Amino acid sequence: MKKTIPLLITFFIGLSLILAVFIPPEPFHTMNREFSVYFDIIAVFAFILGGGNLIRVHGNRIYRKTGDFKYSYVTLIGFFATLIIGIFKIGGPPGIQGEVMAEGSWFRFIFNAILTPLTATMFALLAFYVASASFRAFRAKTTEATILLTAGFIILLGRTFLGHYLTSWLPDTLSFLEIPNLANWIMAWPNTAGQRAIVIGIALGVVATSLRIILGIERSYLGSED
Amino acid sequence: MSILDNLQNLDRRIIFLFIGLAVIVPLIFNLTFPEHPTPIVTAIFDFVESLPEGSVVLMPFDYDPSTAPELDPMATALMRHCLTRNLKVCTMALWPEGQGMANNIFTNVVEPEFPEKVYGIDYVNLGYKAGAQGLINTILLNMRSMYTADTRGTPVDDLPLMKKVITLRDFDLIMNFSAGKPGSKEWIQFAGDPGDIPIASGSTAVQAPLLYPYYPSQMVGMMGGLKGAAEYEAALIEAYPQFKEQTSIATQLMAPQAVAHFVIIIFVIIGNIIYFTERKKKRL
Repeated sequence: MKKTIPLLITFFIGLSLILAVFIPPEPFHTMNREFSVYFDIIAVFAFILGGGNLIRVHGNRIYRKTGDFKYSYVTLIGFFATLIIGIFKIGGPPGIQGEVMAEGSWFRFIFNAILTPLTATMFALLAFYVASASFRAFRAKTTEATILLTAGFIILLGRTFLGHYLTSWLPDTLSFLEIPNLANWIMAWPNTAGQRAIVIGIALGVVATSLRIILGIERSYLGSED
Repeated sequence: MSILDNLQNLDRRIIFLFIGLAVIVPLIFNLTFPEHPTPIVTAIFDFVESLPEGSVVLMPFDYDPSTAPELDPMATALMRHCLTRNLKVCTMALWPEGQGMANNIFTNVVEPEFPEKVYGIDYVNLGYKAGAQGLINTILLNMRSMYTADTRGTPVDDLPLMKKVITLRDFDLIMNFSAGKPGSKEWIQFAGDPGDIPIASGSTAVQAPLLYPYYPSQMVGMMGGLKGAAEYEAALIEAYPQFKEQTSIATQLMAPQAVAHFVIIIFVIIGNIIYFTERKKKRL
C-alpha cells in the first residue's frame, strides 16, 4: 500500500499532464492552465526548502564546530540580514507593496555593492584558471586533440579583431578561408550537428525515463524499502 | 636548467600576471577596434527595424551579475534601439537576480537617455517569478494568472502598456538575455514554438554553441557573448549615428578580450612546443 498509492498518483498525474499539454480542446486546455499554476506555486515552496536546508546545514556546522565553521556565521548572518531587509523593504518606500529595489533601499545597496562585485569577481577568476589550465592540458597528443586544438584556435581568433586582420588580405575567391568565416562555419555546421545529436539524445532519454516513471518501472524516487 | 625546463615548471602566477596585464593595458590605453556585424546578429537588428511603432517587446533578464559584463551591453543596445524606434518594452525575469539587472538598465540607460519615455506607457518592469519553464507555460496561456502587479506594486491592469497584453502571444518579439538555465532554450521550447512567437537570444559566449541548432528556424537571431554585443553596437551606430557619442561598452571591452585570447593562444603554443620536445627526447 505504501508504494501502490504513490505509484497510482504518479501514473494518473503523469498521464493527465501529457493529455493536458498535447490535446488543445477543453477540458484539457483548462487542465494545462491549472496544472501550470500549481507547478509555479509548488516552485515557490522550493525557496522555503532551500532556506531551511541552508539553516540546518550551517547551524549544525556551528553547533558541532566542524571544519571552517566560522564561515557558516558569515553565511547565516548574510542570509538573515538579506531576508529581513528584503521582506521589510528597509530604506525603501513605505508599505509592503513598495518596490524592493527602489532608490535608497538597503536591498538595492546589498545587490549593487555586495552581490554584484562578489559574483563578478568569482566569475572573472575563471579567465586566469582557463589560461593556466590551457597551458598545461591543451596538448595535441592525438588526432582528435589536434582537431579540437585547431578548432579552438580558429574560434578564439575568429571572435576577435585579430582573426579579421590576419586574413583580410585574402582575395574574394578565398574569403571562405578568412578566420572569422571559418569560425562561423565551425559554429554553424560541425557544432550544430554535434549539438543536435546531443539534444535529440537527451530528449529521447527524457521520454524513456518519464515513461518508466509513469508506468511504475522506475521506482527509485520512492526511496528504499526501509 | 634549460629554457624549456623553466617553461615546463612555469609558476601559474606568471600566467595570471600575463592575463592580468592583457586585460588591464588595453583598458588603460582605451584601445578599440572596428566590429563587423555577422548575419546572425544582423538578423535581430533587422527584425527590430521591421517592427511597426508601438509594437511590444518582452525582454526577460535571465542572468545575474556574474555575467553582466557580457549581457548588460546587449541589453543596453537593445533597449536603446527599441526605445529609439518607439517600441514598447516589458521586462521580466526567470532568475531572481534578473529583476535587479533590468532595474539597473532602467536607472542607468532609460531614465537618463530617454527622459521623455514614461513608465507604464513606454516601458514596464514585471520582475521575477519562480517556476522557470512552468512559468513560461503559464503566461503563454494567461499573463495575469502569475503577474498581477509590476515591481512597483502597480496592478498590471492599471498599466497602459499591458492593456493589450493578455498572453505571451501578444508580444511582437521576445528578446531574451540568458546566462544558462532557465534561459533562451526554455523560451524557445515553451513559448516560441508552441506560441509561434518570434524569439531572439542574447547569450553568454559559453552558452552560444548550445543555441545554434535553433537558428534560423526557431530563433530570429543570436548575440553570442561580448562579440555579439559589440556587433550589435556596431549595427546600431551605423543606423543611428547619435549613439556614437555614447559609451559603446562592448566595443571597448572587446580589446582586452582579444588580447587575453591572444595571450592564451601563445601559452597553448608554448605548452605544445614543450610537449613535443619532451616527447622527442624520450624517443631518443
